[in-house]
Amino acid sequence: MGSQGGFYQSKEFLDLVKSIGEARSKAEEDRIVLNEIETLKRRISEPDIPKRKMKEYIIRLVYIEMLGHDASFGYIHAVKMTHDDSLLVKRTGYLAVTLFLNEDHDLIILIVNTIQKDLKSDNYLVVCAALNAVCKLINEETIPAVLPQVMELLAHPKEAVRKKAIMALHRFYQKSPSSVSHLVSNFRKRLCDNDPGVMGATLCPLFELIARDVNSYKDLVISFVSILKQVAERRLSKAYDCHQMPAPFIQIKLLKILALLGSGDKQASENMYTVVGDIFRKCDSSSNIGNAVLYECICCVSSIYPNPKLLESAADVISRFLKSDSHNLKYMGIDALGRLIKISPEIAEQHQLAVIDCLEDPDDTLKRKTFELLYKMTKSTNVEVIVDRMIDYMISISDNHYKTEIASRCVELAEQFAPSNQWFIQTMNRVFEHAGDLVNIKVAHSLMRLIAEGFGEDDDNADSKLRSSAVESYLRILGEPKLPSVFLQVICWVLGEYGTADGMFSASDITGKLCDVAEAYSNDETVKAYATTALMKIYAFEIAARRKVDMLPECQSLMEELLASHSTDLQQRAYELQAVIGLDAHAVECIMPSDASCEDIEVDRDLSFLNDYIQEAIEKGAQPYIPESERSGMLNISNFRNQDHHEASSHGLRFEAYELPKPALQSRIPQALIASTEIVPVPEPMYPRESYQTTMPSIPSDAGSAELKLRLEGVQKKWGRPTYTPATSTSNSTSQKTVNGTSQGDGASTVSSMRETYDSRKPQVEVSHEKQKLAASLFGGSSKTEKRPATGHKAAKASSHMVEKSHVPKSSMEVASDKAASAQQPPNLLDLGEPTATSTALQLDPFKQLEGLLDTTEVASAVNGAPAASVSPDIMALYVDTAAGIHNKNDADLLSGLSNPSVTNMPGTTAMPQVTQSSSKRPNPKDSLEKDALVRQMGVNPSSQNPNLFKDLLG
Amino acid sequence: MGIRFILMVNKQGQTRLAQYYEWLTLEERRALEGEIVRKCLARNEQQCSFVEHRNYKIVYRRYASLFFLVGVDNDENELAILEFIHLLVETMDRHFGNVCELDIMFHLEKAHFMLEEMVMNGSIVETSKANILSPIQLMDKAS
Repeated sequence: MGSQGGFYQSKEFLDLVKSIGEARSKAEEDRIVLNEIETLKRRISEPDIPKRKMKEYIIRLVYIEMLGHDASFGYIHAVKMTHDDSLLVKRTGYLAVTLFLNEDHDLIILIVNTIQKDLKSDNYLVVCAALNAVCKLINEETIPAVLPQVMELLAHPKEAVRKKAIMALHRFYQKSPSSVSHLVSNFRKRLCDNDPGVMGATLCPLFELIARDVNSYKDLVISFVSILKQVAERRLSKAYDCHQMPAPFIQIKLLKILALLGSGDKQASENMYTVVGDIFRKCDSSSNIGNAVLYECICCVSSIYPNPKLLESAADVISRFLKSDSHNLKYMGIDALGRLIKISPEIAEQHQLAVIDCLEDPDDTLKRKTFELLYKMTKSTNVEVIVDRMIDYMISISDNHYKTEIASRCVELAEQFAPSNQWFIQTMNRVFEHAGDLVNIKVAHSLMRLIAEGFGEDDDNADSKLRSSAVESYLRILGEPKLPSVFLQVICWVLGEYGTADGMFSASDITGKLCDVAEAYSNDETVKAYATTALMKIYAFEIAARRKVDMLPECQSLMEELLASHSTDLQQRAYELQAVIGLDAHAVECIMPSDASCEDIEVDRDLSFLNDYIQEAIEKGAQPYIPESERSGMLNISNFRNQDHHEASSHGLRFEAYELPKPALQSRIPQALIASTEIVPVPEPMYPRESYQTTMPSIPSDAGSAELKLRLEGVQKKWGRPTYTPATSTSNSTSQKTVNGTSQGDGASTVSSMRETYDSRKPQVEVSHEKQKLAASLFGGSSKTEKRPATGHKAAKASSHMVEKSHVPKSSMEVASDKAASAQQPPNLLDLGEPTATSTALQLDPFKQLEGLLDTTEVASAVNGAPAASVSPDIMALYVDTAAGIHNKNDADLLSGLSNPSVTNMPGTTAMPQVTQSSSKRPNPKDSLEKDALVRQMGVNPSSQNPNLFKDLLG
Repeated sequence: MGIRFILMVNKQGQTRLAQYYEWLTLEERRALEGEIVRKCLARNEQQCSFVEHRNYKIVYRRYASLFFLVGVDNDENELAILEFIHLLVETMDRHFGNVCELDIMFHLEKAHFMLEEMVMNGSIVETSKANILSPIQLMDKAS
């Protein structure tokens, strides 16, 4: 094959490629391509184009798109080409289609049929071409059309076909796990395929499955280990060798899988030690691929249950990487070091110099990697140096993405290890000043919360000092031009809350500054809103302290402006301010207590104070309340939706295969709906009644948070007349709220109340988060170290040569749980920007529902099978829902746990190891449960020693 | 996912082959290619062959006038990807014999076919050169 094209390439094509190749500028290239587009538009729709010619046109289209221009005019011709009989032409057609179309493109429908036909072809190359296309073009909706054929192909005599079929199934799993969830056992089967290529490919889906659910695959540990052993012993065909390494890519994939399976599992890990040790010894460290495998070994060793000998080998390799001249190896070394110091912190020390070298290296990639390492090594002893360095670097770079990341890391470290409040405030100021608008708004909220709550030490004096120093620094910083909006919000809030608290500054000082801010940033409404609320607080505190309030003229003009503002939010704040100023000291004290931002505001979500009233009404013959979701008629609606769904899908596409995969169809119905249709019906009428009686006190939080999403079941809908009931009670509840409302005037002061609701919600949310947290507390932070590493060296540079290696004892457990706890921190406070509005709506809503429905209960309760006599059947129902939901989960887990092993029939794996493994795992879940309890505790009291509020920024 | 895209770009920054394993629109592709090509081409021989970009990494390697860039997830083994690039080049070399930029340009579809054999769903599935090339050779024979 000469480089000048094969026999059937036309002169035209050769010229085109040449001219593209010779183009000296992007503009010239664009000109050529635009020209080409014109030519092709004319030519491609001519009749009777020979297929060779057509194939060439299609490749020219590929060129057009590759060079960044639209070739959609020719897509249809690519689609047509997939019908061709000639394999080469067909495959080119498929290639073009996969390059041009995404899986949701309209033209896909035209290809599905061809794919179906080709999957049945006798020519295995045609089948392969079709399977390639399946991997790229089939979306969730079209999976059922090809699934049965793909399943058949898993047993195809040609290994190339089996391999591609496995990958197609893998693709389906990625696209829609539920549609193939009953087929995942096929991956296990293919693992023992005779062909190493098929086995190697199967590792890809298995890796993903295991990453999602480690425990169901523990039985495969032995198999993976034995495969890895055979690979390492060169039992595979030489064809897979790379530079004398036996099948390195398979080795790497296996090591990745073992790392997952052995993580936190001593017994599983013990099975792996020998083989990993062997690979350490056998690997050729002079070749690139040898080092790749060695690096993967280190990753594996640092993930599985620690073994001293392996750790030693890993440390040796790391030091060789770090000492190497190759930047690539240094990079890998730094990365590996970051992994290993979690387990053996002492190894960092011997590499201090190498680490510092990397940090100073002009290569940005290496520098960043080193910052990542430093971030992992940060302790309270070295935090100042590290964060300082990070901020300097942050200021020096212009890449916003990385700037954001490093800023949030600085914040996190400062938060976690700050040696003094002074330093903390200064650090935060620097971060905000230089990256304010990039920092997640949550960080700002956490900073406010931190200043409000103090550092958790029960020392009011320290807290107020912290605040004073914050106020002072902010007043100074306000002199600087152009501050980021987020930072200004923090400044305004802190000035409003604490500006006058210590008496250092007079109200007119602070209000003057606040007015300046509002004026200088007059097109930033959020800042203005914060400034206005801060003004209101300052004046309120003045009034409450019985001092005479003189509004500054600039403040007055600001208020006049805001009272006429287009923003209703600003207007309201201005009016509120006006109203507050008009009140007497006593009233102001009540609505705007000073330093009350941390006080809990209790919101009675169940309106239990109305119970007596409702009881009375019911005794007088009123109908009990039924929540909207339970009301009659919902069934019909949900049924309609169901039908719609079915109809829509059958409209879109009709393939013969449609009858088969029922589960796939259902999977597209929202999860919630499934739960309600499948699980609720029978037990529901009985269960709630009892649980209601016995667990009444604990229900409310559950009920409130379970959201009104389900219970569309088994009820007929009827609308009733409005009744008198709620009139009084509504006003009652709102009046109660206005009190809250005013004191909540600005979002941040509701922090605590919000946290409460979040906490109450946690039990539900956790069901899914639990695993992640568990994982995090097991291996994520479990080995955070206290040893003082390399940066000691830097501290020395910074001149204090004698810095002691003081160890601040903090158990790893604590760190871990801190981390996890922080994940539960209430998110964006601005969600509560107008707490009055939201909470009112929340509480009023049930009444509206009640209003409409007092007389429909009979129907509903008849359906429910039990006469509803209580005030809050909705609560019960919701409770049941959640209970059912949880049950459901467990069941599913159990089932899958049961079914998986039973399906498997692995070579070399008997039932025995499985049993022993599962029993050996036991201590771990227990540990993690304990940790989890701790985590929860921390979550509820976030003002613990080490408030770690920012972890959630770094998912 | 592993591999997100594979690009071949010459030293003038012109794209010679592009294969994406996650869907990007034409504009997104153009922007991304511009951005990362600029980044990688600006680096010198001594610097690492890895560049972090947004939330993924680019592993690249230069062969004569051609740069091979592979975008991978953060937990991918960079050295292995480097080796994968080399394997790809070796495979093309075996097929074309002393492969050069023009070979890829004139036989764009073949270069793609090889990639199709080697990578599916963003994972490396085949590393045996014989296995990668046999369908292509069979097709050549048939036509």
